Amino acid sequence: MKILVCITHVPDTTSKISFTDNNTKFNAAGVQYIIGPYDEYALSRAIELKEQLGGTVTVLNVGEADTEPTIRKALAIGADDAIRVNATPKDAGFVAAQIAAIAKEEKYDLILMGRESIDYNGGLVHGLVADMLGIPSITPVMKLDIENGNAKMTREIEGGKESIECVLPFVAGCQEPIAEWKIPNMRGIMSARTKPLKVTEPVPFSEMVMYGDFQLPAAKGACKMIDPANPAELLTLLRNEAKVL
Amino acid sequence: MSVLIYVESNGSEIKKSSLDAVAYGAEVGVKMSSSVTAVAIGNIPAEQLALLGKYGAASVLHVQGDVFNHNSPMAFAAAVTEAAKKTGAKLVVLPKSTLVDSFAAKVSAQLKAGIVTNVTDLPDLSNGFSVKRSIFTGKAFATVTISSDIKVITLAKNAYQGKETGGNATVELFAVHVSDADQKVKTTNVEKASGDLLLTEADIVVSGGRGMKGPENWGILLDLAKALGAATGCSKPVSDMDWRPHHEHVGQTGVKVAPNLYIAIGISGAIQHLAGVNSSKCIVVINKDPEAPFFKAADYGIVGDLFEVVPKLTEAAKLLK
Ligand SMILES: Cc1cc2nc3c(=O)[nH]c(=O)nc-3n(C[C@H](O)[C@H](O)[C@H](O)COP(=O)(O)OP(=O)(O)OC[C@H]3O[C@@H](n4cnc5c(N)ncnc54)[C@H](O)[C@@H]3O)c2cc1C
Ligand SMILES: Nc1ncnc2c1ncn2[C@@H]1O[C@H](COP(=O)(O)O)[C@@H](O)[C@H]1O
Repeated sequence: MKILVCITHVPDTTSKISFTDNNTKFNAAGVQYIIGPYDEYALSRAIELKEQLGGTVTVLNVGEADTEPTIRKALAIGADDAIRVNATPKDAGFVAAQIAAIAKEEKYDLILMGRESIDYNGGLVHGLVADMLGIPSITPVMKLDIENGNAKMTREIEGGKESIECVLPFVAGCQEPIAEWKIPNMRGIMSARTKPLKVTEPVPFSEMVMYGDFQLPAAKGACKMIDPANPAELLTLLRNEAKVL
Repeated sequence: MSVLIYVESNGSEIKKSSLDAVAYGAEVGVKMSSSVTAVAIGNIPAEQLALLGKYGAASVLHVQGDVFNHNSPMAFAAAVTEAAKKTGAKLVVLPKSTLVDSFAAKVSAQLKAGIVTNVTDLPDLSNGFSVKRSIFTGKAFATVTISSDIKVITLAKNAYQGKETGGNATVELFAVHVSDADQKVKTTNVEKASGDLLLTEADIVVSGGRGMKGPENWGILLDLAKALGAATGCSKPVSDMDWRPHHEHVGQTGVKVAPNLYIAIGISGAIQHLAGVNSSKCIVVINKDPEAPFFKAADYGIVGDLFEVVPKLTEAAKLLK
């Protein structure tokens, strides 16, 4: 089994989001970066599948050199090698074109991604990559097992879930509870330093989507406190003031 | 030239988010001087299809077929793509849903269109086509320009409130060819929480956290939800401990909801939980700890023991109407 896991390098989920340069650039000052949480579910499952079935797990990130500590963390968790496409991830189409270019060469049996990135929240890259490769895209996947080249999965659907089967290869967008996040151990961290991390240059892509400036949501007004002995007052306010009942 | 809106139903009724999307498309259609077509997929009754005209569609393409009774993203993508080609659509509007999330990319790829998801506002057409979209899980917005000839957008929940304006649409059956060869994905079993209100569609959501102490206490929360006609959600630890099913897990790594009213009971308000609810119109927090961070994100708060407050609130809610 040759598995590719595509990971994002994103601000920690507790980060305060702000912008600089006239609201045209993300303010990275003081921000801790992590592997996207959904991507880490995908990575964890990939490593479990490798332990079960043998094979290799490659992680891929489209990003500048500053993403390398995040890539190394994925190697510490248990990926065998890594590829970084040296480019700013401009939008989903651009990122998908980079991933597809590599996947066409490498012919992975399985490509796992997160359901969505937590910075752009596009939910698009897996679908676009699958289309470029002419293979199915399945999302969001909550359970994934592989037997004789056939995958058995649970996919979330509106208001429930369904069991599905698909022949390899395909692209999946993963979410919990597909696997538990893994904490890298000391041996993993040591060996991650010497595992191969290949840097490649991006393939050309003509963009159709361009990001302009950023905005923050309007500040929330103060919270109105209600006497716990009289919750009926809450309902009155919800009806007459907030107009939501 | 036209604007095409994909319309989703939950069996017999068209979803509110689809009606909002039709009204959104209609408003953009006026600005772009384009005709407005809805492509409605599934066994939707005629009086429901008539609603699409009231919300602003001039014509409706109705697609039916067994393949659409299942969750088959490829078939839905094919239907929307063919409808876009037939109508010469320059803009395709998709209301966000789990199903749309699974096929939106495919539609954009087949139409060679630029795609932007989670759009929260009407487009600005003064200089090309730019829209505002939600990023960083609701913590910020970005202005994004689409430069391709055909554009696809998915509309965030509650981004636009549609109103009935009383038009009429022509309804036409639209036959779509979906090849079986595309169907590499086989469905072997479907589990749906039947009868329950869909969490992502509900106007009111009542959600419980670790403060509920255990699954055996959920009765008081369910009673409140019933009295208010609300769907139920929970925090991540609650679903991790199997107190509630996974599909109720709200937050950064779970379902994102945007109801008119979100009532959080015994949830501390961790930033990852807030990421899933920060698009709600009004937030109520019930927590015994006055320092719980959730109060900072709330519109109304009650500091008190949920086991006393919630049953009282339910009694009061039963007297409403
Ligand atoms: C990467 C990452 C992703 C995450 N994603 C999510 C996510 O998507 N969704 C999510 O919810 N969490 C998520 N979490 C977890 C999150 O950080 C919090 O741990 C979690 O939200 C806490 O759940 P809780 O509020 O139910 O529990 P607690 O934090 O334990 O809060 C319980 C609250 O109940 C109150 N309480 C207790 N007893 C009573 C009583 N009798 N009456 C009234 N109030 C009472 C307490 O005062 C307390 O505020 C994520 C964490 C990480 C690291
Ligand atoms: N820059 C990137 N490098 C590698 N993988 C990515 C990148 N951006 C997105 N992905 C993958 O695509 C998934 C969906 O991303 P998105 O479409 O941005 O929501 C993520 O969860 C990742 O697995």
